[in-house]
Amino acid sequence: MAYMHIGKDFTPPDVPGKVTGRIKYAEDYTREGMVYARLLTSPIPHARVLDIDASAALAMDGVIGILTADDVYPDGEPQSTGLKILTNEPTLVGEPILALAAVDEKTAESAIAQISVTFERLPFVLDPLDSLQPGGADAYNGGNTFVFRQGFVEEKWTADQVASFRAGNEPTAEPQQTVEYGDLDAAFGESSYVYEGTFTNAGYPHHSMEPRSALAYWEDGKLYLHGGSQSLTAFADGIAGIIGVPKEDLVFVNAATGGGFGQRARAGSIPVYAVPAKLSQKINRPVMMRATREEEFTFGGARQGLTGWIKVGFKPDGVMAACDLWIVSDNGGKGGGADAYSAADCISVLYQADAVRFRGTAIGTNTAHRGAQRGPGQNQIAPIISPILDVAADELGVSRLDIRKINAAMTGDVGGPQRTPFTSAYMPEALEQAAAEFDWEGRQSRRRQTNGSKVIGLGIGQGYHNAGRSGMDGIVMMGADGRLKIHNGVGNLGTYSYASTSRAAAEVLQMPWESCDIITGRTDLHLPITSPQDGSNSIFTNTRTCYGAAQDMLTKMKEIAATDLGGDPTDYDVSNERVHQIADESVGYSYAEVAQRAIELGGKYTGSAELPEELAEWTQIAVSRLEGTGFMGIFHDPRHEGNPPGFTVTACEIELDKETGKIDILEMISIGEAGTIMHPKGMDNQLVGGAVWGIGLSAYERHLYDPQNGLPASTGYWQSKVPTYLDTPVKIETGWVDLPDPENPVGARGIGEPSMGSVSAALTAAITDALDGHIFGASPITADMIINHVAGTSEEAVPLAQNNFRG
Amino acid sequence: MVATSHDVMPDIELYQPADEATALDLASRLGNEGWLLGGGQDTYGWLKDRNKTPAAMIELTQIDAWKGIKEISDGIEIGAVTTLTEIANNPLVQSRYGVLAKAASVVASPQIRNVGTLGGNLNQDARCWYYRRGLDCYRAGGNICYADSPEGLNREHALFGASRCVAVSPSDTAPALVALDATMVVSSSSGERLIPAQDFFVGPDRDILNMTVLNDDEILTAVRIPSTWANAEFYWEKVADRNVWDFALVNIAAVFKVSGGTIEDSRFACGAVECTPRRLETVESEVRGQQRSEELAVRAGEIATDGARALNYNNFKIPLMQNLVKRAIRG
Repeated sequence: MAYMHIGKDFTPPDVPGKVTGRIKYAEDYTREGMVYARLLTSPIPHARVLDIDASAALAMDGVIGILTADDVYPDGEPQSTGLKILTNEPTLVGEPILALAAVDEKTAESAIAQISVTFERLPFVLDPLDSLQPGGADAYNGGNTFVFRQGFVEEKWTADQVASFRAGNEPTAEPQQTVEYGDLDAAFGESSYVYEGTFTNAGYPHHSMEPRSALAYWEDGKLYLHGGSQSLTAFADGIAGIIGVPKEDLVFVNAATGGGFGQRARAGSIPVYAVPAKLSQKINRPVMMRATREEEFTFGGARQGLTGWIKVGFKPDGVMAACDLWIVSDNGGKGGGADAYSAADCISVLYQADAVRFRGTAIGTNTAHRGAQRGPGQNQIAPIISPILDVAADELGVSRLDIRKINAAMTGDVGGPQRTPFTSAYMPEALEQAAAEFDWEGRQSRRRQTNGSKVIGLGIGQGYHNAGRSGMDGIVMMGADGRLKIHNGVGNLGTYSYASTSRAAAEVLQMPWESCDIITGRTDLHLPITSPQDGSNSIFTNTRTCYGAAQDMLTKMKEIAATDLGGDPTDYDVSNERVHQIADESVGYSYAEVAQRAIELGGKYTGSAELPEELAEWTQIAVSRLEGTGFMGIFHDPRHEGNPPGFTVTACEIELDKETGKIDILEMISIGEAGTIMHPKGMDNQLVGGAVWGIGLSAYERHLYDPQNGLPASTGYWQSKVPTYLDTPVKIETGWVDLPDPENPVGARGIGEPSMGSVSAALTAAITDALDGHIFGASPITADMIINHVAGTSEEAVPLAQNNFRG
Repeated sequence: MVATSHDVMPDIELYQPADEATALDLASRLGNEGWLLGGGQDTYGWLKDRNKTPAAMIELTQIDAWKGIKEISDGIEIGAVTTLTEIANNPLVQSRYGVLAKAASVVASPQIRNVGTLGGNLNQDARCWYYRRGLDCYRAGGNICYADSPEGLNREHALFGASRCVAVSPSDTAPALVALDATMVVSSSSGERLIPAQDFFVGPDRDILNMTVLNDDEILTAVRIPSTWANAEFYWEKVADRNVWDFALVNIAAVFKVSGGTIEDSRFACGAVECTPRRLETVESEVRGQQRSEELAVRAGEIATDGARALNYNNFKIPLMQNLVKRAIRG
């Protein structure tokens, strides 16, 4: 289909501000009378606060006041998992205990040093398997795991069960969760090659450039909160509840966000934004609270570490017959997520196994908050499963590309333990495109070629994430100037999806981009509710809402024109910023004229009547404030059916130096399969950005805690080993399949998460290839591991340990 | 109790002397309360974390006499506050002492090299994260080493020379200067002393609180590199987790005098395997007068790690160090 905007590059409106530095992040704002808050955080991994003596601090010049957990939770702290605003029961180093406000940061920091906190030290644990040991410490007060409607409970295995798992055997304990489909025994019985082994994934932190800083003040009964978020209205909706302010009295200001990979999507991941809000309320001054880089690594959180056992069976032709997966998840100090289940779901989706069983147990440790970071489970399992496919392919005499094509998901297939049908799926096309553009077949002659100590490895890998939600709202407005105002509640986290999704509205009305204004950046501009901008969903979810709102406006335009100018609404179309008769384009209204008529008519045309019944409360507030101010198109998106997948395929060639353990990625290409491409540059950025994360996941990033005292050791970009420019290829080639999805009006699906997973899968496969098929069963695979493997040096690391991953 | 995150500079006096005499006088007067400030890359972390609390900083970067690279009667002299970028790009250093240019060019990141100085790179404190975190370890005046313990995280720590502390020399330029047999020019208000590079660095067995022989009133003002090893064949390699902004897991600097394929003389130094740059004199003896060969390289590599004592997580440094020695001999 020939589109006016879809699939075309454009310059999002905030780009000039980012290039010139004029755009404002939360820390760039000031307010008259503003004071500065600093946090006193727990120096102990598991403790109970017995007493706080802040008298000396409060007596210091320039100190305004403090806020404690007792202020925030006068009826007692919630006894559940999840980050709290402040706490007297810290379960990780760095958890905020109190905040102090002073005239400047230096005074605040000096004052905090004068505060005496008496802690009762409690036993702590860093490795879920240590906690499962008989007598092992529990991370939480009351247990090491949280059961819905039951609270904290303690779960223990026998010492033999833990030891057997660490020794590489299938866990024999009862799992917390079991999900399966198909006849597992029969499927393994049909298998000609069966792989079985244990694995570990290190957790990896969130790494957003902009820390979780916020400014808050109260004016005229409203709370103004400046912060960074991935999800503008979805985040505001949630943080209002956490702070305890009515939705209509919160103004959340968030023009730009310095990176977000999931943990800035939902208010529950950043309850610390309530600190300046509540402190401001208490001391009646605007409060700026700046989080430190180290705090980004403590209460900023990380992905779950997974410790698992996997058994995979393949039929003689390479078809994946069965996958049996048992995972112990590291839930960290504040509870975690469902990464392990998603890992099993991913295997089912990507490889269409006949039978899958997932068993999982989630156990807390006194380490960072666990949550989102680009792909729950799908990306952790990617570097584990991909080398297994390659070894199976070699054993069965099937090419490594073919084994992926044989098992690839396509339209009409179902995936996951719930056997959900895809809305569409073009994985075979993505594999073909990647192989062709990379010359996969031609490169096979280079496979395992050596040059001195260096050896060539080739890898191909796949990524997946469910990439679309529905049920959200859309609003478009037009005033008498005829400009289209697209009210967009999607956050601006750097992907420009707030702008890309808005173009669906412009497309419907055939509106030149120059005549469109995106209304976003602060909630007092009256924005509709959107889904949290996480899980690769924004493009699918919010093109539906923007498209629907514009369709509503289009319908109303035609109604007005037909009523005023004669004929039936179906006799009308739009072009050149006019609604006009199809038969005689001279008969019609300019957009400015039709908007003026809509305003005169009022009622449903200006949001005063016939509103969709299902509008979210947040959208209702926005509509009520926009009512009568202009021509309004409004839409509530009904739920869709099926699973809109985001797929990627990556191929890479590496040179691995067996003497230094270093890898050099010589070439890499990533192909996206995400329906119709909305914004090619945005797609390219997603694929390249995800590639850097995938490289980090497979070969660099570490998540270390000291077993002796529970202190985090990787609390900065240096220590956590985020890949740098010279660790990534000079050029990461990208491409996309670009076939439309029928469940989206412009055919689009999302891509954020999978772009990391396929790279991790391909890179790990290439490392395995270079080392003659050696499977490490781990991510990351760091230089020391390669050196030890090549040299045959024994490793002293505790098998399957989490959070002190090879020290 | 271990400090939590601060990330705010404390109140501190700042002195910015513009001449040598004033700087030396300040160093003498302030003693251990006067923190010498070069490019600041080893300074601000300590101070913002409030794990070091000197009363004053003496900024040295305005003293022109301690900047730049010049020829002297026997070799070259490099001012201690010369930036690493300038050293890496200097034609004289590149042509005569390529091993140093190469070493300087891979310190940290371009941004850090643009402000980081040679003196700062040589005098930087241990990078053991336990110590940097402000724990009460031996090096911080306490009575424990958290890294050399049954559960300690010690992947980056020492193979040799452990004496209560197992931190390693983090510098990239130090092994190059030891290999080049450089001399450190150390000044104080009472005069100047010249110290061979190899003797400038001290291990924990001699001084567990400091990594160099500098006294509180002394300043490293220059480094002199003799012509002995000018234009020699050299080998430099740094293996780090990342290719930018990282410290070496092991690095190696070697210079050779070779004639007809025979190594007539050589000097080897490895970093990140001991608290000081480790001179490999046994390797030098082994290869002296020998033809370059794979057999020699293997033998020398094995000799290089004689006496190494691996900790829990740094076994890999033994084969890595052996491999780097092999690569140096292969050339």
